Amino acid sequence: MADSDRAIELIDITKTYPGVLANDGVNLSVGLGEIHAIVGENGAGKSTLMNILYGMQSPDSGIIKVRGEEVTFSSPKDAIAEGIGMVHQHFMLADNLTVLENIVLGDEPTKGVALDYSYARDKINTLAKQYGMPLDPDAMVEFLTIGERQRVEIMKVLYRGATILILDEPTAVLVPQEVDDLFDSLKELQAEGVTIIFISHKLDEVLSVSNAITVMRAGRTVASVLPSDVTAHQLAELMVGSELPKPEAGESTVTDIIELSISGLTSLHSDGRIAVDDVSFEIHQGEIVGIAGIEGNGQSELVDAIMGVRAATSGTILLSGVDISNDDTKDRRTDGIGIIPGDRHRQGLLLDSSLWENTMLGHQTQPPFEKHGFVDKKGAKARTTEVVERFDVRTPSVDVTAAALSGGNQQKLIVGKEMMASPKVLIAAHPTRGIDVGAQAAIWKELRDARADGLAVLLISADLEELIGLSDTLLVMFDGAIVAELEPAEVTPTTLGSHMTGVKIEEAS
Amino acid sequence: MKKFGLALLAPIIALAFAIGVAALALLAVGVSPVEAFGLMWDFGTTTTSIASIINRAIPLYISAVAVAIGFQMKMFNIGVEGQYLVAALFAGWVGGSIVVWAPLHIAIVIAVAVTVGALWAGIAGALKVTRGVNEVVATIMLNFIGFSVVGFFLGNFFAVDSGALNQSTPPLPESGQIPGLNWIFTTLGFTEPRGTELQGFLIVAILIGIGYYLLVWKTRFGFDLRASGANPGAARMSGVNPKKMILYTMLLSGGVAGMVGLSTMFGKLHAYTQDFPRGLGFAGIAVALLGRNGAIGMALGALLFGFMERSALILDLNGIPKEVVQIIQGVVVLAVVIAYEVVDRFIRARELKAANEATKAIGSNGQEVAA
Repeated sequence: MADSDRAIELIDITKTYPGVLANDGVNLSVGLGEIHAIVGENGAGKSTLMNILYGMQSPDSGIIKVRGEEVTFSSPKDAIAEGIGMVHQHFMLADNLTVLENIVLGDEPTKGVALDYSYARDKINTLAKQYGMPLDPDAMVEFLTIGERQRVEIMKVLYRGATILILDEPTAVLVPQEVDDLFDSLKELQAEGVTIIFISHKLDEVLSVSNAITVMRAGRTVASVLPSDVTAHQLAELMVGSELPKPEAGESTVTDIIELSISGLTSLHSDGRIAVDDVSFEIHQGEIVGIAGIEGNGQSELVDAIMGVRAATSGTILLSGVDISNDDTKDRRTDGIGIIPGDRHRQGLLLDSSLWENTMLGHQTQPPFEKHGFVDKKGAKARTTEVVERFDVRTPSVDVTAAALSGGNQQKLIVGKEMMASPKVLIAAHPTRGIDVGAQAAIWKELRDARADGLAVLLISADLEELIGLSDTLLVMFDGAIVAELEPAEVTPTTLGSHMTGVKIEEAS
Repeated sequence: MKKFGLALLAPIIALAFAIGVAALALLAVGVSPVEAFGLMWDFGTTTTSIASIINRAIPLYISAVAVAIGFQMKMFNIGVEGQYLVAALFAGWVGGSIVVWAPLHIAIVIAVAVTVGALWAGIAGALKVTRGVNEVVATIMLNFIGFSVVGFFLGNFFAVDSGALNQSTPPLPESGQIPGLNWIFTTLGFTEPRGTELQGFLIVAILIGIGYYLLVWKTRFGFDLRASGANPGAARMSGVNPKKMILYTMLLSGGVAGMVGLSTMFGKLHAYTQDFPRGLGFAGIAVALLGRNGAIGMALGALLFGFMERSALILDLNGIPKEVVQIIQGVVVLAVVIAYEVVDRFIRARELKAANEATKAIGSNGQEVAA
């Protein structure tokens, strides 16, 4: 292939961390103006490769070519100078600044000592028009939706003159409608000649938007394919090297015994807006109730209210028929409510503490973690070892800090410790978010097994396939309220999507 | 064990660095560092000096523990200074006003000090819980209020002689004094310290250290405390009530802070006086940083500070600027914070590597991974 039509070429890139071969002779060739997807399981080496391409890390060996020219990057600055920009999965925006201020941050145009607002505004408006990405430069970032924030991040990169964009799992945080918007934007960018490299787990999306796909597995590039030549199923097989697991609930195990009963639960934001609006539902033993909804429609507030970390203004919560509405969080937990928090870093883990202390977290008032007010280190370690073995948490020992584990292994630890505490009710918020296919299948199986044993599960997920596949009953949340109750067997991702946006059923196509 | 060795490495490097900086400072004013440090060492290792060093270390240690309790949940009790002065005043007044059976007398004085210290810090805790006032701001303000409260009560109500140049609460009677521990030196075959009495409150300080260690690292309360500090969101979700935790922590920290002045009161001054030692609360912050909130580490830090303060005296006598000691103190705290961070990163990187290897070891079953 001629060098001239290649935006990026990586040849035989090898990168080892002490003891770990993260990239092992990786080859990647991205054409100019192409949308190029890189897929692979967690730990396949995608992030390392992108960090190398963005100059955050140097390869041990191998060649990087940008537009046919061989280059070496010693920092992202060098990469930016070559017109390469990266949008990280987790946004790095200052909430209390405007869109404009966020975009120019670190690269401020100045007039004397002052920020040249009019220059920046003009430039942003021009870029927005050119690339079809509507943005209000003067909006405060804290009031933007996730999708809009992502646009700000992309604009930040374009503002710095990038013509090659790296997007790290851009759709992981988006809801279906926002994903569509993003893809429209990407195609606009492509039409303007921008080259896009994007990393993803979601194979359908990859197939629908990309022009070329590179599959990574165990630090190597195992295949380069065209989307027209493969199915999602084949892609998944290339990724994992085996069959793709599907979420399937199997035989219904729903009993007549109501384990958790919520009625009229209402909770307000601190500014008086309604966060959870008169929510009522029941979960029976052996039942998984799924809650679908675009993120930010009250799901996390609902979870917080059920857990007692957020005050409810009205409504009752009955656990096994006992009113726990006025109990504090500790009592709710000891009474048998388990929680897999939606945001494991914010609500689930003590990153700098050992694994056994993390296993203890949330159960510190109960055996085997506690004895007469003292920490039972031996009991806690023994339980943690069990969790590690049963849930395949890959760790050198139970004494390392949680921060040392990969995201998937952290999640397995959380799921494992909650399941092994044998709760009556398990609230699982995004239980498989950001983890690889193998671990996902394992967690699904555990959930199904526990359900068969009579566990009542409240499942909140952005993964519609997971919701439909696992739930016995499916509720849709919109604007803080439950707006629909659906039969999972009869619903498709498309119809569910329209409920989630608040469109009436009759109008749904 | 290897981890422990690494943790010890940080303060040693920091200390060496600080001594190096001090040596440069000494050279700059034309004094031989070897001579100066030699003098400090010779003087600082006499039994009299050792008793004095420990006496100096006791309040520093208690103060550091008080600060460290707050640090465990990422709260900065900068008000130990005010807490111990207010506590010492009331404890001194109560202790000087009663005569009871000695152990009971001492217990009462300690109880008053703990209670007053806890209440004074508790104000900041209550303000944070009910009104969201930052504890740093509240405790700083309470320091200033505390200084005034002390002056007001001492001058108007508690002083035996309100016209005296150095006003003082009524002296503690015999039953309210803790005898010294100089016999330890003679029992062990060393010469008895002259002019200095090793203070008996040392035993209480050791008990505070042990209690602190057990509370923070072994009890459920300590777990909740550390969890709240490490990740308030996760702690809350786990069932820890953050408001209760803030209040308890401030009360506890203040209670310990209340005892900072007691070693001097029981063993030396036997009253609260206008020239009661000040600055121990602030020095405690440095010692807590130095010892990294560890029960043993802070003890070593307090002894180091005690040694430097004591041995500074000899420099003065030899015409060497004793400020060099302050340079060491300042630099060592700064350097140690940096050194800890470096060592921490090293440990973390090693863990990450081990975790990656574990993933590999299981994950590469049957697959080709290594080149």
